[in-house]
Amino acid sequence: MSVATEALAPADEAGIVEAVRDAAARRTPLAIEGHGSKRAMLRPVQAARTLSTAGLTGITLHKPAELVLSARAGTTVAEIEAELERHNQMLPAELPDFSALFGHDRPSTLGGMVAANLSGPRRIAASGALRDQVLGVRAVTGHAEVIRSGGRVHKNVTGLDLCKLLAGSHGTLGILTEITLKLAPRPEASLTLAAGVADLTAGVAALSAGLGSPFGVSGAALLPRGAAEFGLRGPTALLRLEDMAQFLPHRSDRLRQVLAGFGTVALMEGEASQSLWRAVRDARLLAAAPEQAVWRLSVRPSAGANLAWRLEKAFDARLLLDWGGGLLWVAGPATDAAHAAVMAAARAAGGTFTLFRAPDSLRSAVPVLPEEPAALAGIAARVRAAMDPEGILNPGRMHG
Amino acid sequence: MIDLPKPNPAVLARRDEILAALHALVPDGPFGQGVIGDPHRLRAYETDGLSAYRQPPLAVVLPATTGEVAAVLRYCHQNGIRVIPRGAGTSLSGGALPLADAVVVGLMRMNRIIEVNYADRYAVVEAGVTNIGITQAVSAEGFFYAPDPSSQLACMIGGNVMMNSGGAHCLKYGVTAGNLLGVKFVTIEGEVVEIGGQHLDAAGYDWLGLITGSEGQLGMVTEVTVRILRAAEGARAMLAAFRANEVAGQVVDAIIGSGIIPVALEFMDRPAIHACEAFAQAGYPLDAEAMLIIEVEGSAEEQDVLLARLKEICARFDPISLRVAETPEESLAIWKGRKGAFGAVGRISPDYLCMDGTIPTGELPYVLRRIGEMSDSYGLLVANIFHAGDGNLHPLIMFDANDPESFRKAEAFGADILKLCVEVGGCLTGEHGVGVEKRDLMPVQFTTAELAQQRRIKSAFDPQWLLNPAKVFPLEGNPALASAA
Repeated sequence: MSVATEALAPADEAGIVEAVRDAAARRTPLAIEGHGSKRAMLRPVQAARTLSTAGLTGITLHKPAELVLSARAGTTVAEIEAELERHNQMLPAELPDFSALFGHDRPSTLGGMVAANLSGPRRIAASGALRDQVLGVRAVTGHAEVIRSGGRVHKNVTGLDLCKLLAGSHGTLGILTEITLKLAPRPEASLTLAAGVADLTAGVAALSAGLGSPFGVSGAALLPRGAAEFGLRGPTALLRLEDMAQFLPHRSDRLRQVLAGFGTVALMEGEASQSLWRAVRDARLLAAAPEQAVWRLSVRPSAGANLAWRLEKAFDARLLLDWGGGLLWVAGPATDAAHAAVMAAARAAGGTFTLFRAPDSLRSAVPVLPEEPAALAGIAARVRAAMDPEGILNPGRMHG
Repeated sequence: MIDLPKPNPAVLARRDEILAALHALVPDGPFGQGVIGDPHRLRAYETDGLSAYRQPPLAVVLPATTGEVAAVLRYCHQNGIRVIPRGAGTSLSGGALPLADAVVVGLMRMNRIIEVNYADRYAVVEAGVTNIGITQAVSAEGFFYAPDPSSQLACMIGGNVMMNSGGAHCLKYGVTAGNLLGVKFVTIEGEVVEIGGQHLDAAGYDWLGLITGSEGQLGMVTEVTVRILRAAEGARAMLAAFRANEVAGQVVDAIIGSGIIPVALEFMDRPAIHACEAFAQAGYPLDAEAMLIIEVEGSAEEQDVLLARLKEICARFDPISLRVAETPEESLAIWKGRKGAFGAVGRISPDYLCMDGTIPTGELPYVLRRIGEMSDSYGLLVANIFHAGDGNLHPLIMFDANDPESFRKAEAFGADILKLCVEVGGCLTGEHGVGVEKRDLMPVQFTTAELAQQRRIKSAFDPQWLLNPAKVFPLEGNPALASAA
């Protein structure tokens, strides 16, 4: 139901500035996107024109020995990952690929990933979220001005951190045009311990035991019904280790001891382990049916099992838990009632939710994110006005 | 010296009334007075870790609860009174420097650890808990709070949030921003807001990320929920000394290029080596031009493997000496000199300025050469300590505070170094903050439009510019502050 009819795709940042200046002068809203791979997330944007950053491509800096890479916003994630693979490096946030979830084959761009601040299973490690790895940005604000924040160095506290404000703002405060990221070396080897657990409560406890161990767990997910394609039956807790190959046998033995009380532990290595984590990362193991809505909730991990139980009771939800049990992927009927149940459950658990995928009719009608706290509502409105005075950037995408 | 806005005479004239009103909001407690107005006692709050600047405030208020902080901010907002938030007062950039017409709101009485949850790996603490206090509270269970600024014995978590503090272990564990889950935030209007919580990645705008490192410009933080991490099985250090800064710089590149991320990678130049050795007798090689301290983590066997690989890398660069700690005690000995660096330089020179720029690590040899030239032309000694993994450079400029000309030269020398950091692609401050110290250098790093955009965000939170004004943003061309003055 997106109403965009005209698409602008400038070849450079100056073209973005020009398009924003023109739209601001005419007060015509713009739908901001890369290739539109996340167009179906959050609320549909009501805008007659689409402004795409897909024309702003190319890696502009890669210093392997400094663990730094810069790329224009429209550069595809695939291109960046191929470049990093050649240098045995990676983006530590483990960027998900949601093309299967959204049912298309449009590529993700770096700008889109940062604008949505999406991180995969390695989010729980010390390296943190994608937004923690953003060292600097260039962006065009609603004032049609180019601003920079941060830079290309690892430690920088100079001025207000607009990188953080822009990451996760879904193009509503500014249009990212270039991003500089912190990199990490690619681990030499990885393996997974898969523990058959009695139920979700025991599963989350197993993940907590693993994350509370000193062995450097870099992935901690829970499959409520296993995953037949990987030979995993019944509730299964997954713990991943990544490091130098010669370190892993010892660590996996020790971690196995930590998990001993929870159930039978199977070892998965090599490509089997890696493809399992890709399936967790991309929420493919959620196995959401095409007509179902998909929610993403983040809560305190030990609240995850109870939240899952509550949602299973409310609407026979399908579930996938990541981030030690704190991230819940939920699939269920695309109805007001199911959405109300998700919102209530997230609130009761003291956590947060995103309506990640739904038909336009549902996502235009309900809050897709929690409301801002009342005391922040005025500040939030003033911050939006400070970044985008005419309200032309992705209006209505996050809140109605 | 730095310019401060003129005090508001109307506020100064109401001093007694303001003290009485604050006292009604924050009563005396078992640990002392809630409000301080006595000029002699105010002297204790006239400066912070940047002691070259001093200005006693109108009053100091020491609330014990979030409710009291909110009441004080609400009163100050209603009465147009400026507010200076303060933690332990360890800022090296003058972040807690008072103004003559301002109320300092100190959080040191809010020092309770409210909750520790090992299963969910977080701790909820009040803003006045010290950085080391968090790690001490969880270390018996094998956990720790990762950011470790060198002031960690004294500095408070509330101040760490406001400055987005770093430390020597950032390369692996990130800075404060990456180790927070939530804060209790008080707006200048006195509204209390829970931001984030006990979970990762709250949906919606990243207020937590924006507030972190905002240097008291947007509001005050009274409670913090931090991530706690399980500590590695152990850690061990090695020392490697080289004939030239360039060579040590190549070694740093070779280490990172090998795919090993040491938990710490510290660089010291010749003057720093000499100062630290004279102070600590750590056995540092005095014939070296540059020295690296490299620390790794893991099981004893993993440490052996990593240190052997690092030794092999260092050996390719014709080292003057290589020393691998075999025991935790030998690790401590290697760190002893580095950890005492500030005290060591203080012994050579009664006064020094500690600068804090960041540079792309590959620019280190060039930057050190230029700093050496500046040292000659200003006639002031400098010792360089560098978090080589993350590019954060700490030149210590030695001067004599009794000689105003020496201080003026030291400030100019420091400004030249920071300009150089920006010129090579770095920034003015890696972890100490802008404060008053680097305020007037902001146009070196940011365009007029960029500064205006940051000021608009500040205005969105604090329309009257009552919160920590005269810090971070240059006074010139700032209509908000000019009209308030």
